[in-house]
Amino acid sequence: MTIRKLLGGAAVAAMISGAAYAEDVEVLHWWTSGGEAAALNVLKDDLAGQGIGWVDMPVAGGGGEAAMTTLRARVTAGDAPTAVQMLGFDIKDWAAEGALGNLNAVAEAEGWDAVVPTALQNFSKHDGNWIAAPVNVHSTNWVWMNKAALDATGLGEPTTWEELVAVLDAMQANGITALGHGGQAWQDATIFDAVVLSLGDDFYKSAFIDLNPDALGGAQMVEAFDRMAKLRSYVDDNFSGRDWNLASAMVINGEAGMQMMGDWAKGEFLRADQVPGEDFVCIRFPGTQGSVTFNSDQFAMFDTGGDSPAQQAMAASVMNPSFQSAFNVVKGSVPARTDVPNDAFDACGKKGMADLADANANGRLHGSAAHGHANPAAVKNAIYDVVTAHFNGEFDSATAAEEMVNAVESAM
Amino acid sequence: MAHHSTEVDFKTKLQDWIPKLVLSPSVAMVLVFVYGFIIFTVYLSFTDSRMLPSYEMVGFANYDRLWGLRAWWTAIDNLFVFASLYIVICTIIGLTLAILLDQKIRGEGGLRPIYLYPMALSFIVTGTAWKWFLDPGIGLENTMHLWGWESFKFNWIKDRDYAIYTVVLAAVWQTSGFVMAMFLAGLRGIDNEILKAAQIDGASNWSLYRRIVIPLLRPAFLSAFVILSHLAIKSYDLVIALTGGGPGRATELPATFMYSYTFTRNQMGTGAASAVIMLTTIAAIMIPYLYAELKEKR
Repeated sequence: MTIRKLLGGAAVAAMISGAAYAEDVEVLHWWTSGGEAAALNVLKDDLAGQGIGWVDMPVAGGGGEAAMTTLRARVTAGDAPTAVQMLGFDIKDWAAEGALGNLNAVAEAEGWDAVVPTALQNFSKHDGNWIAAPVNVHSTNWVWMNKAALDATGLGEPTTWEELVAVLDAMQANGITALGHGGQAWQDATIFDAVVLSLGDDFYKSAFIDLNPDALGGAQMVEAFDRMAKLRSYVDDNFSGRDWNLASAMVINGEAGMQMMGDWAKGEFLRADQVPGEDFVCIRFPGTQGSVTFNSDQFAMFDTGGDSPAQQAMAASVMNPSFQSAFNVVKGSVPARTDVPNDAFDACGKKGMADLADANANGRLHGSAAHGHANPAAVKNAIYDVVTAHFNGEFDSATAAEEMVNAVESAM
Repeated sequence: MAHHSTEVDFKTKLQDWIPKLVLSPSVAMVLVFVYGFIIFTVYLSFTDSRMLPSYEMVGFANYDRLWGLRAWWTAIDNLFVFASLYIVICTIIGLTLAILLDQKIRGEGGLRPIYLYPMALSFIVTGTAWKWFLDPGIGLENTMHLWGWESFKFNWIKDRDYAIYTVVLAAVWQTSGFVMAMFLAGLRGIDNEILKAAQIDGASNWSLYRRIVIPLLRPAFLSAFVILSHLAIKSYDLVIALTGGGPGRATELPATFMYSYTFTRNQMGTGAASAVIMLTTIAAIMIPYLYAELKEKR
């Protein structure tokens, strides 16, 4: 309620300070790296063409932690930006605070309901009202393999857990690090997402989305942790603390056989002039074919007090198919609407788009737990704690499953 | 005449008031931004604040939750290991260096800054430099392997049981020189007459230091202890740069715990409770010290 009052105050202040700001959008985001910044320029130019100014407010820092801290300060001070890049449950939390605006008018006019995947709408809508415009969909259950290393094993692309283990064993026998991995909590959790999903969509939903204690502490969870321990045995000794892009580099130059990482890793391969299908292979984590775990960057629109034509225009531009295509080709992700032509995308991108549409149609599109799209931040981090402790050998699988129940309960 | 005297009165009054006027903005700012926010944090620790401050009182629920968290206990254990080793080792190294430098040696002016300079670096720089140095893949271990010592192994930073000791190592490297400077100042403050008298009485160098010099350094020990202990409790940046709290969560300290619960995990109430615990711990160390100091001056 306090927030509403604060925002009300801000609205009054904005009215007093005059109409000069009416045609600008202030955008808080953390897309500061070369490619991302270039992609944002597409949006900026589009808005400039409509006479809308862009007040840039970049707060650098990979996962947006710094940006979220800044946002909290801005909103508490009653000075919310127009639009903020946001992920998953952060959007829901801000919506619950009553701080977000309403995009229903533009959403209806442009028919978003029909083209945005349902699982994504869970985050773009609150109480049936559109509050955010999704920019992209990253999916996290990918495996990136060095093609030469895979060929050297004499085995094909693995499609089941057993085949995956066989490939990993063969790679290790060939004298390379079978699994390139960085020991940071979120990276451990990214693999864990895929491992849990490989034990069944229902199990994934029950454990991570419904947070059902029986699933969190059950036999299947022990099995999931056993698989994590197995994967741990293919990682080199020096993995802890390594950044994800260094792990990608290991796969690119053949030191490591494969990496299990979201599709942002593709950018690293492309920048090293590697060609999908020739130099590297992208497959879904074995056992998760047909399912997709996603995270999605969205522009959450803050309540700026009354109608803001500039805000609505920005939302429309974000959802414009040509922006969605241009941005996502650069970013390595796929468009957040399913009707964008795939001509500009490479083989892995095309596969990602097809998988997304498929999973959406079959109800197998799930929010990624490791990336804050399955449960709130407190629970997500509690799960991180257990997964990373187990991966670093602190717990055996049975204890980890028990701890999982405790950790999730104490975070709620 | 009456008019004149009031003017003088006004001038003297103004002179009385000017220092207070000049100081009052900073006093007001400290009151609001330090003590005001301390009170606000204490208040938040009794509310159900999650992403944003909320004003729903929940009593001691946050403290209950805090002491039930395994991560908090890890942080406390780590703080205990880190603080005790850090304080003891820094004091020993600092004192030894100070005594050795105090032997009227040549080039003292050149040696002193060498030990003091690490203090001029921020903990972020120290942490990053030591992270690279200790990394088995690129640092010391790798270099030794390249030089032919293949069996050399030093991978503490990658081992969850030993990683906290690498934090001690980097912190000691950073601060020992500063402690040395404090002891050196203390040594220079000791009256030479006392030392000469003891030497005439036939005291050996060893007993001279053990029985006279070190007891006389009591105030320096106290200052060193207070400075080191509060540095230990508030260490945050060193851990973030050196290990990022890892491997796993093995090197989490109360300060990193507080930040992550308050700002990234949306559990502001629990984070505030941990901040209050840290504050009371520091107060428990500082208040007896301040009390002793003020009593001496009276």
